[in-house]
Amino acid sequence: MNAEPPQAVRPGGVRYVAKNMRLDLRLIAGMIAPASRVLDIGCGDGALIAHLTRELGCDARGIEIDMAAVADAVARGLAVMHGDADTDLAHYPDQAFDYVVLSRTLQAVERPREVLRQMLRIGARAVVSFPNFGHWLVRWQLLSSGRMPLTPTWDRPWYETPNIHPCTILDFFALCRGEGYRVEQWLAANEAGRRAPWRRSVRLANLFGEQALFVLHRAA
Amino acid sequence: MIVAETPQRATPHGLAHQAVHFEDGLLLDCGVRLGRLSVAYRTCGRLNAERSNAVLVCHALTGDQYVAEPHPLTGKPGWWEAVVGPGRPVDTNRFFVISANVLGGCMGSSGPASQKDGQADGGSAVLWGTDFPPVTIRDMVRAQKRLIEHLGIERLFAVLGGSMGGMQVLEWAALYPESVFAAVPVATAAYHTAQNIAFHEVGRQAIFADPDWAGGRYWEAGKVPARGLAVARMTAHITYLSEQALTRKFGRRLRSGASLTLFDDLFEVESYLRHQGSTFVARFDANSYLSITRAMDFFDLAAEHGGDLARAFAGAKTRFCVISFSSDWLFPTAQSRAIARALNQAAANVSFVEVESDKGHDAFLLDEPEFHRTLAGFLSGSGRLIGLS
Repeated sequence: MNAEPPQAVRPGGVRYVAKNMRLDLRLIAGMIAPASRVLDIGCGDGALIAHLTRELGCDARGIEIDMAAVADAVARGLAVMHGDADTDLAHYPDQAFDYVVLSRTLQAVERPREVLRQMLRIGARAVVSFPNFGHWLVRWQLLSSGRMPLTPTWDRPWYETPNIHPCTILDFFALCRGEGYRVEQWLAANEAGRRAPWRRSVRLANLFGEQALFVLHRAA
Repeated sequence: MIVAETPQRATPHGLAHQAVHFEDGLLLDCGVRLGRLSVAYRTCGRLNAERSNAVLVCHALTGDQYVAEPHPLTGKPGWWEAVVGPGRPVDTNRFFVISANVLGGCMGSSGPASQKDGQADGGSAVLWGTDFPPVTIRDMVRAQKRLIEHLGIERLFAVLGGSMGGMQVLEWAALYPESVFAAVPVATAAYHTAQNIAFHEVGRQAIFADPDWAGGRYWEAGKVPARGLAVARMTAHITYLSEQALTRKFGRRLRSGASLTLFDDLFEVESYLRHQGSTFVARFDANSYLSITRAMDFFDLAAEHGGDLARAFAGAKTRFCVISFSSDWLFPTAQSRAIARALNQAAANVSFVEVESDKGHDAFLLDEPEFHRTLAGFLSGSGRLIGLS
């Protein structure tokens, strides 16, 4: 998962936040309309919601399971609560948000399909990013060594990884079809979060994209 | 005249606290109308020109309005000086802090120890005693609202409080949502559990069992049910601490020179509790203790809203910061989480933090840097939204 250290944010240091925000979070921020209501699930230290609140004028809130990160975020004036994606989404009313964001967390929840359902119940759109298990290096390592892959993205051994539900970009498209979700936007990116140019071919994206980002809404 | 202000002053009967008196009284939840409502209060800091920087601090069962100044009766520091003061999380250089003695209290607000309705001023005062009508947390909040209006404040920037103070915070947000910009309920619950009520009942029975209680009319004979009230305090005090805190403070240590005896205090923890009991008696009224514990026991915010806590906060624009402490078993984190979830259900803006601490329920009164950092950050973040610097 996110191995980068939490970024310090000076009070009022708006530009500092934007410049130093993780690139994949910047990609997500680019998909969110100004002044919308946003829930960021697994918001960590709150870098994304700080950016959305201060730069885009959003009503952005967060849920985070790590209590120290929650305390940090609240101490920085962000609306973050301690909670668990698997259990706490059920307590929100229908369509309470314009966007519900799940950044690099889907593969770590207990019931990914249910979490997606809840996201699209409480929000008009779901913004989901996840590390792509279909990347060529993952495939090659498993094929050549016969052992679980260890890559910069999948960097924890099988017995201690929190990523209990890895999936590929193709898998995710299949799930969206099965659940009746419309893919409004999608893109593949490298680990750092730079957009990759495989927009035309899902198969190439699935081979070369280290992570994927989707914007979904429910089919009418 | 409907409203009268009286300053803090010495009287032949002892200290009179600063208070405002509403001669049109207050209709209580029990149906009785108090003929005259007195609200004793203190303020700290300065109200800005826009009247937008007022913070109401609600006190707990045995607290009072002396939040950030020495107590006029005991001389001890204010009970929340760790949190309220210049440069503190509730910074009195930025905020105008108001704190009122609760309805039913014994520091100058209407309560069992205050002068009964219809009694002329001066002479030997007749007190309410146990004739004081039962009050609720909601009554306490209504009384505070009168004070806030009297001070010319339409909307409070924040309402905060721990334990029973947190109950008042929740009631404020439910009853006057337009008047509360930010709410911080700390170490509290939306209702009193059977266990909470049970502990309070032990305390009340201890007071009833003291012959000096005299059916609640002890003040007529100039007596105080000191033993009963002390035992009530001792029982309650145990519930405010965690096992770890007691172990760290006292363990099984014996008083120096103690030998095995049946009735003398042998363990340090015993002597500590006895001290807590006896100092409490010197500053608190037994009938007030009965009145306020009843109000807490009766509190059930969901029940006031058709059994659905989320409905209490429906449409709330208030920003909430719910804070609990990991070792608090009197108002455990699960209770705070239930409040946070109800607020989610009401689509309210809510932050929720459980502070790691081994100090039990009392942690909210003590030096807890993470709590203070969280509170300060929440207040600053909320202040930015309305242009409070």
